[in-house]
Amino acid sequence: MSGYSQSEPFARTAAMEANVRKGVTPASQSHRLPGDGIIDRRSPLRFSFDGKTMTGFAGDTLASALVANGVKLVGRSFKYHRPRGILTAGSEEPSALVEMRTGARREPNTRATTQELFDGLIANSQNRWPSLRRDLMSINQLFAPIFVAGFYYKTFMWPAKFWESIYEPMIRRAAGLGKSAELPDPDHYDKAWAHCDVLVVGAGPAGLSAALAAGRAGSRVILVEEDSLLGGRLLSDGGEINGMDAREWLRSTTRELVSLPNVRIMNRTVLFGVYDGGTYAALERVSDNVPTPDHHQVRQRIWRIIAKRSVVTAGAIERPIVFSGNDRPGVMMASAVRTYVNRFAALPGKRVALFTNNDDGWRTVETIQRAGAHIVAVIDPRREVSAQCRRLADTYDPRVLAGVVSDVKGGVDGVSSIAVTDKNGRTQRIDADCLAVSGGWNPNVGLSCFHRGKPIWREDIAAFVPGGAPKGMATAGAANGELSLGACLREGHGAGAKAAAECGAAGKPGEASMADDEVYAIKPLWHVKGKGKAFVDFQHDVTASDVTLAQREGFESVEHLKRYTTLGMATDQGKTSNINGLAIMAEANGRTIPDTGTTIYRPPYAPVAIGAFAGHHRDENFHATRLTPSHHWAAGQGAVFVDTGLWKRAQWYPRTGERDWLESVTREVLAVRNGVGFCDVSTLGKVDVRGADAGVFLDRVYINAFSSLAVGKARYGLMLREDGIVMDDGTTSRLAEDHYFLTTTTAKAGPVMQHLEFCRQVLFPELDVQLTSATDQWAQFSIAGPNTRKLLQALVDPSDDLTNEGFPFMGAREVKLRGGVTARLFRISFSGEMAFEISVPARYGAAMAENLMIAGKPYGVTPYGTEALGVMRIEKGHVAGPELNGTTTADDLGLGKMMSKKKDFIGRIMAGREALTAPNRQVVVGIKPVDRARRLRSGAHVIPKGAIPGPQTDQGYVTSVCFSPMLGQWIGLGLVERGRERTGEIIRIHDPLRNEDYDAEICSPVFYDPEGVRQRG
Amino acid sequence: MKYSIFSLAKAALSGHKGWTRAWRDPAPKSRYDVVIIGGGGHGLATAYFLAHEYGIRNVAVLEKGWIGSGNAGRNTTIIRSNYGLPGNTGFYELSMKLWERMEQDLNYNTMVSQRGIINLYHSDAQRDAFARRGNTMRINGIDAELLDAEQIRKELPFLNYNNARFPIMGGLLQRRAGTARHDAVVWGYARAANDRGVDIIQNCEVTGFVRDASGRVTGVETSRGRIGAGKVGMAVAGSSSRVAAMAGLRLPIESHVLQAFVSEAIKPLIPGVITFGAGHFYVSQSDKGGLVFGGDLDGYNSYAQRGNMPVMEDVCEGGMAIMPMIGRVRMLRQWGGIMDMSMDGSPIIDMTPVDGLYLNAGWCYGGFKATPASGLVFAHLLARDEPHQEAALFRLDRFRRGAMIDEKGQGAQPNLH
Amino acid sequence: MRIACPFCGERENGEFTYLGDATPRRPSFAVDGGEGPERVEDAFYDYVYLRDNVAGVMREYWYHGGGCRSWLVAERNTVTHEFISVTAAPGAGAALAARAGE
Repeated sequence: MSGYSQSEPFARTAAMEANVRKGVTPASQSHRLPGDGIIDRRSPLRFSFDGKTMTGFAGDTLASALVANGVKLVGRSFKYHRPRGILTAGSEEPSALVEMRTGARREPNTRATTQELFDGLIANSQNRWPSLRRDLMSINQLFAPIFVAGFYYKTFMWPAKFWESIYEPMIRRAAGLGKSAELPDPDHYDKAWAHCDVLVVGAGPAGLSAALAAGRAGSRVILVEEDSLLGGRLLSDGGEINGMDAREWLRSTTRELVSLPNVRIMNRTVLFGVYDGGTYAALERVSDNVPTPDHHQVRQRIWRIIAKRSVVTAGAIERPIVFSGNDRPGVMMASAVRTYVNRFAALPGKRVALFTNNDDGWRTVETIQRAGAHIVAVIDPRREVSAQCRRLADTYDPRVLAGVVSDVKGGVDGVSSIAVTDKNGRTQRIDADCLAVSGGWNPNVGLSCFHRGKPIWREDIAAFVPGGAPKGMATAGAANGELSLGACLREGHGAGAKAAAECGAAGKPGEASMADDEVYAIKPLWHVKGKGKAFVDFQHDVTASDVTLAQREGFESVEHLKRYTTLGMATDQGKTSNINGLAIMAEANGRTIPDTGTTIYRPPYAPVAIGAFAGHHRDENFHATRLTPSHHWAAGQGAVFVDTGLWKRAQWYPRTGERDWLESVTREVLAVRNGVGFCDVSTLGKVDVRGADAGVFLDRVYINAFSSLAVGKARYGLMLREDGIVMDDGTTSRLAEDHYFLTTTTAKAGPVMQHLEFCRQVLFPELDVQLTSATDQWAQFSIAGPNTRKLLQALVDPSDDLTNEGFPFMGAREVKLRGGVTARLFRISFSGEMAFEISVPARYGAAMAENLMIAGKPYGVTPYGTEALGVMRIEKGHVAGPELNGTTTADDLGLGKMMSKKKDFIGRIMAGREALTAPNRQVVVGIKPVDRARRLRSGAHVIPKGAIPGPQTDQGYVTSVCFSPMLGQWIGLGLVERGRERTGEIIRIHDPLRNEDYDAEICSPVFYDPEGVRQRG
Repeated sequence: MKYSIFSLAKAALSGHKGWTRAWRDPAPKSRYDVVIIGGGGHGLATAYFLAHEYGIRNVAVLEKGWIGSGNAGRNTTIIRSNYGLPGNTGFYELSMKLWERMEQDLNYNTMVSQRGIINLYHSDAQRDAFARRGNTMRINGIDAELLDAEQIRKELPFLNYNNARFPIMGGLLQRRAGTARHDAVVWGYARAANDRGVDIIQNCEVTGFVRDASGRVTGVETSRGRIGAGKVGMAVAGSSSRVAAMAGLRLPIESHVLQAFVSEAIKPLIPGVITFGAGHFYVSQSDKGGLVFGGDLDGYNSYAQRGNMPVMEDVCEGGMAIMPMIGRVRMLRQWGGIMDMSMDGSPIIDMTPVDGLYLNAGWCYGGFKATPASGLVFAHLLARDEPHQEAALFRLDRFRRGAMIDEKGQGAQPNLH
Repeated sequence: MRIACPFCGERENGEFTYLGDATPRRPSFAVDGGEGPERVEDAFYDYVYLRDNVAGVMREYWYHGGGCRSWLVAERNTVTHEFISVTAAPGAGAALAARAGE
């Protein structure tokens, strides 16, 4: 169940094959070793760094290829623009960050240490000008005495206006690292779900053992590994397991895992987050190892993994030592040196010095000497070293110095020499081109602390180990502070077996693999005090003296330290710097490291592209699109569409020769008012309400009564929230004794359905009532205008009486259409005209539109859009979204009289509060500019005539406007203080945003046919 | 020591050995005239204004962790005064005016940066709502401009104008809005309050109230002992309900988690603050180069200071909808703050039914921008026992009276504000 | 966050909408019962606006809008986000059907 194949670890592209055939020779690889390494020498790859073309091999990372090419200088630091090289060989890399790719695919801050090499790879250094070697911004180093931690809080204050115009732009330009692309990301991203019993995070010896134990036991296992290859440190440090070479064990273990159908191996996948309920998030780098994703392939994929148990075997990170010049290109973590040599056959230096305070660092001696390079010195401050180290010393006879590295000389070309100081303060210089450093190992506690777990200090390894891991998570191996190979294998196996058993797996996990428990002795050394700059956070240029300065100024809490100095806030999130920083703080404070504590660990474990989180939800696919049943028909008519929530609605139907939208809309309104028109109103929320108590239920959710509504009748209803504010309105019809058909506004269809279900399921469970959302089941059209009845008679079966007597205003019932389809017909009017709304099953929606056109042809039927609909409702003073704004009461809308006093209903009591019934509330009125040629605009405010605009004179605003074809001028509705008492008053319309000021008259909101004669006709 | 380029240069000569604590670390005294619970921006600003403006210097700020460890240190640093309803409009403008002179007032560079905020709109209805709001601002003497699509394109040429699901039609711009360095605001107020005699006491958790026979609060019990107080002011944001419960009060507040995100540092890309009108996404770029962005609440009550994936995804989808060029920029860090969501989305600054106990709460997700004004008006209330005129509508009894200040019109549903 | 809907099984919290504390009860009052309007208003004020806002286990309403449209009552710890139980609201569809013996 895995795409991972150990036999062919490298994806060989056609380009690589071509190179092999062409026999490209790696002439530039001055530091490539002849030994084997896990690279494919048959597949040379060409790449460019800062415009210079070089070659590497399949299996290389960009960093290992640069090492093989003898490149030392890779980047510049954030603040001082100091030259920086490659510090690590993993995702913790703080220094070797590059801009990958170009154009729309340009990707800043990519770690060279995790970027797999591919043919044609283009990378550039960043944060330098004009070039990496000659970066003029390195002048900042001259100001280093001033640019200490937090210096910017103390200056740049005078004069005040210089901040935005001078200081800040300067700082902003200097800051930042790489440049992001300026064009839309052309690649696709995916999001997927996966489910398993046991999730194993990290495929080093512990993780492989855990996955194997859980897999053998029969659990569904997912094993994620951020590297392209499984094996973890085995790939770099080798060793002996079960009496065989570690690489052989790795091959056989991988083979077995691949053969287990219940184990899924996901390499190139980094687990970055732990969320609630056993939800884990991982990023799969699907195509970052090729120039561009294959056709129809994504660049990256986010996995949301639901796991019953997880075993975190994410290993440990080697930490630097803080000493003067420890940031020079050529100073490298000892484990990284071994990785480059053993895994990649790339030699970081030919004269390597080793500075270590622990036994593990000593492994580097063997690696370097076997590679044919020279260990110029081993500097170890400890008095005692283990037998292991002594054996190495005997075998290779390096120069061993008891002391510390107190300075490093070098520059853009790397290290030239180091200064070693012994305990008596005597210093000697040693020529070297590489300094390997090991300050010990920090278990990767991040994932186990994402739920605010507090890591626990372990004195024997001088490091924090996991504490308070999220429910269901176990940690094992180096991630748990067990740093020997034997312990990793045992712990991993045990944790995997236990997790599987807890998930109910009945199979046998088999035996744990065996290896020696090599000694790991360490004597903490955090900081070698000295004169030069000693870096704690390499990327952010936080030095040891910055940490002590912060302490002097009272920023003693680790969180204050982090925020004041920016320690640990760089792209590596302090993976190589946090512990050193807090150790130096602890010393300055005279406190212990565990008392000082760590900062809070935050996801993501490794930075994740924003595009990956978005997946396919971008551009036009950001949100779904809902189409009305007549959409394609309307599109065929040339309709202009408008977004209404997720819906696309026809806004108007332009005709040739019409100059603008207003001309089209005016034509549509006049066509309706003088003849007949129709509009798709299917977007209204529709709810079938059935049951013996349906009427009682509606009485409780509406302010007015519905149980008294006669069968065959419709009624306008208003709904409040429990706080007494209007929630929604709509027409509800009674189709049978126990069957109502309720409609909501388009915008509130979802929230109203949720509210009704809450009322039914939670507040009034005793009522016999059922709700069914029918919004998508019915295509609904409003047909309006004096000729509506004639049009309908051509559609409806002649047996149905559509006369005023047979189908009076506010009538509602099912009718048969000619041809046999059953429709629901409602004689309701939003436009104020003689009007019906007709509902047919949604699949007939398009046919209905066509039939309305045919049946209405003799009467000049005109389809109209939402604009004309809006014009007609404003002319009639009907309130809609702009007036139902979530702060208005029924009375504000002029509908206070609808509130029944005879029943309880949602919102009744709270609606009676003093401020909601105060006489000076803003209420809905009509507004007409005095100058009839004036265009009225929504959002303009109402000020008393003659008053000066100000908070005290601001009396309301215009909510909805239209050009009224019937009145021949712009009109509007507004919410105006005491508005209903002020009919006829001339007020000032104040619109400073649009630089407009003019007089208008307050009038009745019903501008047209106030007696309502037309709709009853 | 006064901060300036000269003092900095002088200190550099001595290797910066001369700098001393930015604020003292005193042991709590047995009694203060005023005790402020909560060493966030609001609490520290209150103490500063009590001492500086109202002459009350015997003041302690009690902080259970380290100052600024709550929402002051986990927000998206936006400052603005673009509110539309009476009560809010004037208050937030008072705050903006205090931001504009903060560095000189405090002698601390809080990096107040007025690079502007643009609220994008994508429909006529949104435009009209922004027009209403912008006109309210103008009527209150606050700068506001309503931009159309063409003007937006000029200001923000990099947005998606080609294939957006919800095309950008324009935006409401407040040029005086912007960002400030959130931690520096905390430290600046702490240092300035300290200089005026205020005791800032960290690692001091309030565990109860001391009441006299009449029920009046006369002090607090803390993890560092009993501390007497003439008056006690609460400014504890997401912990408001918990602290109020110790005095037997129930509040119209729910605690919710709001996530925020920051990207890796990149060279300047975005000039000011941008908010998306058709999804939940807002963004600015810090001086260090990180895109600082966020969106909606997770939606459920929480004290956990962390959120879940649906909102992270929703926010990034919003980002990619309007700025598809940030697809390859990486999210570096995410975190969650506990928001004291009030029932109408607006704050409460008032006396409480408990004599001697004063409340400053309900800031929802908008407390940072209010920091200076909140401090000033709360200090005024504590000093004078009457509301400051710009906070006169932020009363606790407004819900009982029906005088809500509901900018979003969502009613008593805190997770929708 | 995963919510075990009693009808649909365990689902991502993105499918659900949150309402809030499930403890307050909507006050009932007789329309013409002669109860003082002040008292009824107080009771509703309490119901609509005041919250215990507990840091710990709270009973709360969730709506499975992206699934079966049932209202659920969950017990969840607001400090750890851990769910203790999830049950259907009294009138949720299947719960009612079960009671009716369907």
